Amino acid sequence: MSTAGLTAGSAASVAPGGRGGRRRAVEAGSTVRLGPLAGVGLGAATLWMSLLVLLPLAAVVVTSTENGWSGFWDSITAPRAAAALRFTIGSSLLVCAINAAMGTLVAFVLVRDWFPGKRLLELIIDVPFALPTIVAGLVMNTLYGTESPVGVVLYGQRAGVVVALMFVTLPFVVRTVQPVLMAMERDVEEAATSLGAGPLTVFRRIVLPTILPAVAAGTALAFARAMGEYGSVVLIGGQLNRTQTSSIFAYNQIQDGNLADAAATATVLLVVAVLVIGGLDVLQRWVARRG
Amino acid sequence: MVSLLPGPPAVDTPVARPRRGRGRAGRWLLRGVAVLYIGILVAVPLALVFQRTIADGAGAFWDAISAPDAVHAFTITAEIALLAVAINTVFGLGMALLLARYRFAGRRLFNVLLDIPVSVSPIVVGLALVLVYGPTQGWFGPSLSNAGVQVIFALPGMVLATCFVSLPLVVRELVPVLQEEGLDQEVAARSLGANSWQRFVRITLPTIRWALAYGVVLSLARAIGEYGAVRVVSGDVIGQTQTATLRVGDLAEQGEPGDYQIALVLVLFAILCIVGISLLRPKEKKS
Repeated sequence: MSTAGLTAGSAASVAPGGRGGRRRAVEAGSTVRLGPLAGVGLGAATLWMSLLVLLPLAAVVVTSTENGWSGFWDSITAPRAAAALRFTIGSSLLVCAINAAMGTLVAFVLVRDWFPGKRLLELIIDVPFALPTIVAGLVMNTLYGTESPVGVVLYGQRAGVVVALMFVTLPFVVRTVQPVLMAMERDVEEAATSLGAGPLTVFRRIVLPTILPAVAAGTALAFARAMGEYGSVVLIGGQLNRTQTSSIFAYNQIQDGNLADAAATATVLLVVAVLVIGGLDVLQRWVARRG
Repeated sequence: MVSLLPGPPAVDTPVARPRRGRGRAGRWLLRGVAVLYIGILVAVPLALVFQRTIADGAGAFWDAISAPDAVHAFTITAEIALLAVAINTVFGLGMALLLARYRFAGRRLFNVLLDIPVSVSPIVVGLALVLVYGPTQGWFGPSLSNAGVQVIFALPGMVLATCFVSLPLVVRELVPVLQEEGLDQEVAARSLGANSWQRFVRITLPTIRWALAYGVVLSLARAIGEYGAVRVVSGDVIGQTQTATLRVGDLAEQGEPGDYQIALVLVLFAILCIVGISLLRPKEKKS
């Protein structure tokens, strides 16, 4: 679904146009200057964006430095905040690595293979996007909780958080790599095969270089999602220190009324999200330029 | 340009059938790993929700979803989601038209800012809204309270949080379609005397209707499922500001019955959305 479809979609379409002289020239033909009606619309959109997004996010940054830069630094280096950040970054990186490999594999199978039930598999892959995160959390807690029907107890374990993150980030790499694989021409691969290259060589030398930007983009989106994930990890984490992610830490600080500490951790999460979006924008343009 | 757009494939593309001989073992291996991975990670957990709910019986299901607090939770979830989706649709239409058709200062900034809400932690979203609209410490909160408007710990804040997390979903579906379509038809219609409303209804709307429907379904699914941001801004008071997702979380944390039953309703809705999306996608591509 969505949510992610969402996320993935958004990053992808960071609009063509508006950048670089040549593009602007091409674009000029299809766009016009603001008329009075559009001007009013732009004003209203700006106002709404400011009230909903810009001012609130600015408030987070301002609150985090309420006690100066040193106050911010003290907040995020306090033992529990720092431990939560380290765990969040570490588990997100691990989940990204798993996603990059498994997502590419799943995308490859979905595009290149055919078998009964493939369409069902296609639908199932979108479930983590559409499912409310707390339902994902409930499900994970049932499967890997203290009364695990499969005998694998990950409740209160760091591995439990990692598995929950793998669940919610599954579709990102699959859905970004899939269209690129589908658009790939097969003739180069066939030529390589006819010249004696094995399947692994063909994949490594021909397929991988083509899909690498998409793998990177999907992995970056998965990273952003994993860094900020809350609903799916809160139950299986069991509110223990060792399984506390930065989002859980920030939520607990809000509940305790420590808004400045919450804002400091929130600012770090915000900066990570902005960096990922900025990085994707750069990647997108690089891919476009490369053709 | 290589598109990084996700989404299920629009049409079944011809795929190579399994070859005989060399490479066949590899193909089976890859297929097995992919199916097992998805099966263990997603299908088994999903089946578990159905199994648990069925094991508890129909009576338990009915009791759980018809309890007054549960009915209230579903009702406000629907209210909030519908309001947020309506707001996002209006904003999304306007913003998409602006981004696709007009040149203005700050356009690129808008583009980048639009993506932040879906990438940032829901807790950050909730905190951000509390810091501006909170009744005691918020920037605007005290003046709003004096005017008798309560935003945080009330429905307006929950609607804001839901709008925030689903902000770009409609815009991002519409912009590519509008850009591809260009302005030729609009210009032609204008030269024939159509006013802007007529052009919108007769030309723009039919062009973007499937993309719009897709964006609305995405927003709706996201709005119904939001948990973290709504938890922060709502106060989560049973029978007042407890949404369906908050109720699932509360029941699960307290070990009370009813969490699976409500979760199942949410799962069924999510599946409905996925099926709806997979039906809409091809139409969107074709139009």
